[in-house]
Amino acid sequence: MSLLELDDVSITYRIASGDVPAVRGVSLSLDAGAALGVAGESGSGKSTLAMALLRLLPRDARVGGRILLDGEDVLAMKWGRLRAVRWAEASIVFQGAQHGLNPVRRIGEQIAEPLLVHDLAKPDGARKRVAELLEQVGLPAWRARSYPHELSGGQRQRVMIAMALACSPRLIVADEPTTALDVMVQAQVLALIKDLVAERGISLIMISHDLSVLADVCDRLAVMYAGRVVEHGPSHEVFRDARHPYSSALAAAFPTVGDPVSRMAPKGLGGDPPDPMALPTGCSFHPRCPVALDECSSLDVELWPAGERRAAACVHVRAKEETP
Amino acid sequence: MTETQPAADTAAATAPATRRALLEARDLRVEFPSRGRRARAVDGVNLAVGEGEIVALVGESGCGKTTLARTLLGLERPTSGEVRYDGAVLDHGSKALKAYRREVQLVLQDPTGSLNPRHTVYEAVAEGPRIHGLAGEREIVAEALARAGLRPPERFFLRYPHELSGGQRQRVVIAGALALNPKVLIADEPVASLDASVRGEILALMLKLRQDLGLSALVVTHDLGLAWNIADRVAVMYLGRIVESGPVEQVLTAPRHPYTQALMSVLPESPERVVLTGEPPDPTRIPGGCRFHARCQVLASGRAAEAGVDARCRSELLDVLPATPEAHVACHWARAVEPAPEGAGA
Ligand SMILES: Nc1ncnc2c1ncn2[C@@H]1O[C@H](COP(=O)(O)OP(=O)(O)OP(=O)(O)O)[C@@H](O)[C@H]1O
Ligand SMILES: Nc1ncnc2c1ncn2[C@@H]1O[C@H](COP(=O)(O)OP(=O)(O)OP(=O)(O)O)[C@@H](O)[C@H]1O
Ligand code: SF4
Ligand SMILES: [Mg+2]
Ligand SMILES: [Mg+2]
Repeated sequence: MSLLELDDVSITYRIASGDVPAVRGVSLSLDAGAALGVAGESGSGKSTLAMALLRLLPRDARVGGRILLDGEDVLAMKWGRLRAVRWAEASIVFQGAQHGLNPVRRIGEQIAEPLLVHDLAKPDGARKRVAELLEQVGLPAWRARSYPHELSGGQRQRVMIAMALACSPRLIVADEPTTALDVMVQAQVLALIKDLVAERGISLIMISHDLSVLADVCDRLAVMYAGRVVEHGPSHEVFRDARHPYSSALAAAFPTVGDPVSRMAPKGLGGDPPDPMALPTGCSFHPRCPVALDECSSLDVELWPAGERRAAACVHVRAKEETP
Repeated sequence: MTETQPAADTAAATAPATRRALLEARDLRVEFPSRGRRARAVDGVNLAVGEGEIVALVGESGCGKTTLARTLLGLERPTSGEVRYDGAVLDHGSKALKAYRREVQLVLQDPTGSLNPRHTVYEAVAEGPRIHGLAGEREIVAEALARAGLRPPERFFLRYPHELSGGQRQRVVIAGALALNPKVLIADEPVASLDASVRGEILALMLKLRQDLGLSALVVTHDLGLAWNIADRVAVMYLGRIVESGPVEQVLTAPRHPYTQALMSVLPESPERVVLTGEPPDPTRIPGGCRFHARCQVLASGRAAEAGVDARCRSELLDVLPATPEAHVACHWARAVEPAPEGAGA
């Protein structure tokens, strides 16, 4: 059975100037022990979706659809149950949160906090657990006494992961865990995340705008554009042979060093990211799409099958599948 | 997907060796006091950017890239060594610096941080020409915006930064730099804060500016894909010094320095990874011998010993690499295992 199941999830922020439809009908599922990558343009709704999983959105956000964690609807949970789920079953490493560590408290105290608050440990036990957690993320135990400013960016990101692991969750949601880290440190953090998934059976949802990073860590990928999933499938297939033109553009944005095709030929996508309050008609991607047809400006696109366990929301995919 | 291909052939056809050095660092050192010690942020660098050449400066966080870039711009004074522009030593007097800043312009990483939220696009781009008292401000601004791909320029004059997308903001920053008609752009992580889909557009713009205006550029980044996308030459920096340099095709397809090899190996899809461990290097404690030896996978795995250089790795300093366009490497092992004795000319 899948650990997490999203069924037609929609999320709308209500602001003074109107409604912002940030997520528009997303259905996804994640098997226990699997890793799912979510990619997409800035503003496509990735973080909004992640926060909805544990009902961490601001009050002005309206959520529709169903979010089933182990078969239980998160949106219908009572407050007490939700709290229990938040610390024991799933935790989020927030985007940019490594900058949000409390600057005047030692790392160890910050990692121990949820354990003490939820009565999962006495101070002595918590200290031992902190040392264990630090070791799991590749930091020496003495780092518990350090303050955040004494750590590098990559080390702070490890601390965030240690905090997420503190209550032994079954699911971790990591929102842009390596963005802004340099290549070597990124490789260190990714290796750590991969180990957690492979060796400890933790399920993972990882968000990034870099498809190559996601393909490296995750089994499956979902690509979002303007609040919708426009393509999903096995990671390497989506990365190497995308079926939606937006996914192709994302994949091409990070060239393979050594590939003569990309030498002196950076590839980008013209036009501007969509404004959720004034979405284009038809396929939301059509104004920027290099292979758009006339009908794309009016067509209701949906996720059409695009091969074994794959789907993409593009007219060209539908055409291909229909002609045998 | 817009592709900018035409620049490719002309660029590749220009042999790097034929370019005249326009901007140069000669045995440059920049030190800062740091907790009672000296941080040698730039610790002996020779580097040249030729006319119409794009050079990428790569290396991990804290290795001294920004400090080197700021020193080349005259924003930081070297502790020793010199910056040369067009053959003459950079004069740090305020009048000379003002003139210099017309020729060599900076483009910063974060377009949101480098634009004043209360200034319109027009005001942002007109600032440079005003400081330098240039005539024909409106035309200059319009042309710079158009060159940066914001067309028609008049449509953007009265917009504020928050009314633009991230890619458009970075274009405004580039337009601001172009307004003074510079010869060299120094771009510090020009696309790091941009969306993946926008990144290619900005890089294509830099290639186009080189093609149309003959602009030279030093692009500071930790992204090797970016270097592959637009640079003629690459210089790899480690702990304040350039440890390998040369034409991009050569350095990035057959890296010789173990550090460059490690950087290449952690790129997604590369078969065998060498993830360097250890704390990020500290410029107040630069190790003796080869500055990379404590983290070097070639030394650790015994390959340096096989080549008979392990003792030298630990104790013998390497020379500062020359700024000439051919490939250079500062590594005892790489020099020992290669048939042609490259060290001779260095
Ligand atoms: N609290 C909020 N109130 C109103 N609108 C919001 C709020 N938070 C996000 N949005 C809007 O919802 C949309 C989706 O935002 P979200 O942060 O989920 O995007 P994202 O895919 O995570 O982007 P990024 O890659 O930049 O992190 C955007 O248009 C954003 O402006
Ligand atoms: N004003 C300063 N005072 C003291 N130390 C400094 C100063 N500026 C830079 N440093 C130190 O010099 C070293 C090089 O810093 P620099 O900013 O040049 O690195 P970088 O390669 O640009 O890194 P990044 O990729 O993170 O931007 C770092 O160790 C930094 O802490
Ligand atoms: S000189 Fe020795 S320690 Fe330094 S990079 Fe080369 S092999 Fe490694
Ligand atoms: Mg986000
Ligand atoms: Mg820097």
